[in-house]
Amino acid sequence: MTPSSSEQFPLRRREVVKTLLAGRGDLLVVAGLGSPNWDATAAGDHPLTFPLWGAMGSAAMIGLGLALARPERRVLVLTGDGEQLMALGSLATIAVQRPPNLAIVVLDNERYGETGMQATHTAHGVDLAAIAAAAGFPLAGTIRAADELEPARQVLRTQPGPIFYAIKVRAEPLPFVMPPKDGAHLKDRFRLALLGPAAVAALPER
Amino acid sequence: MDGAASWPDAIHRALSELGVRQVAYVPDAGHARLIELCQADAAMRTVVLTTEEEGIALLAGAWLGGQHGALLMQSSGVGNCINMLALNQTCRLPLLMLVTMRGEWGEFNPWQLPMGQSAKAALALAGVLTERLSEPAAAYDTVRSSGTMAFEAQVPLALLLAQRLIGAKTFR
Repeated sequence: MTPSSSEQFPLRRREVVKTLLAGRGDLLVVAGLGSPNWDATAAGDHPLTFPLWGAMGSAAMIGLGLALARPERRVLVLTGDGEQLMALGSLATIAVQRPPNLAIVVLDNERYGETGMQATHTAHGVDLAAIAAAAGFPLAGTIRAADELEPARQVLRTQPGPIFYAIKVRAEPLPFVMPPKDGAHLKDRFRLALLGPAAVAALPER
Repeated sequence: MDGAASWPDAIHRALSELGVRQVAYVPDAGHARLIELCQADAAMRTVVLTTEEEGIALLAGAWLGGQHGALLMQSSGVGNCINMLALNQTCRLPLLMLVTMRGEWGEFNPWQLPMGQSAKAALALAGVLTERLSEPAAAYDTVRSSGTMAFEAQVPLALLLAQRLIGAKTFR
């Protein structure tokens, strides 16, 4: 099978993420391992971004646990096609819970970007947005053009979810832009920013 | 507590007092009563999973958001969790797992033995502490103490519910 030519896709992932995170306000962000992590960091390291360096397949479910715990806040998961393909079942689990404040955005370059740009299943036609829709996401779509991005940003901030977007982005080598990598630090800075000093200094909030 | 029939009720009471708000599960016959109790508890959100490792990630998110959780599974699900447990080690995230044991104490199905017999060692290799509950009368105290350790010492801890406690499964 010949994979797609995602090297020619017009959307560039760094610009896409910068657009989606512009004026992020009190948005809570989970960034999946690899390129989505570097993209989120390039848009601005932030204590309310939880960037992953491992545990592949976890990003969407971390977003669900966070969205259920904090229903008053919107949660955005930024991840890649490789990670989401590893966790297709999580789309079913999220759809069943139907959290209105959760959005999953897959930056789909149709490649495993960290390991040599090998083609993923989406390069061979697997349609992640269709899978999310079939699982029961009330709002799911694929974005390919620059003029769709700003409307998508509005939807992600305002519409009841769960929302799923696959954004087709160019497969391209980019410089690493890395956040801190100590997991305990990343956890504590997130909880401190979200929950206040008691969440890290004393007994956790219940 | 009164005898074998009420140990799931004792576990539910302990989880409630520990402040557990998210209960994730892949069902097991041994967890059936506890799942029903959690579903009927307005203070608990139950989340049915397609595979056990989803629960590790879910409860990592719950903790980031300030909530306590518990993850219910059968011993055959332990192996599914191993890579995801990197979250708990590297982020020093608490985790309370309640694992009903198969593959011991009168097990009739040989396919349950490989994971059942290696569950405790596999958890230990992944940095998860284990406790074991065999006596119904100890259910409340054991869950309370396990949960206190998980949430306050901030470690991943699995409480193994012995097949002797649950009763060996039969197809009769």
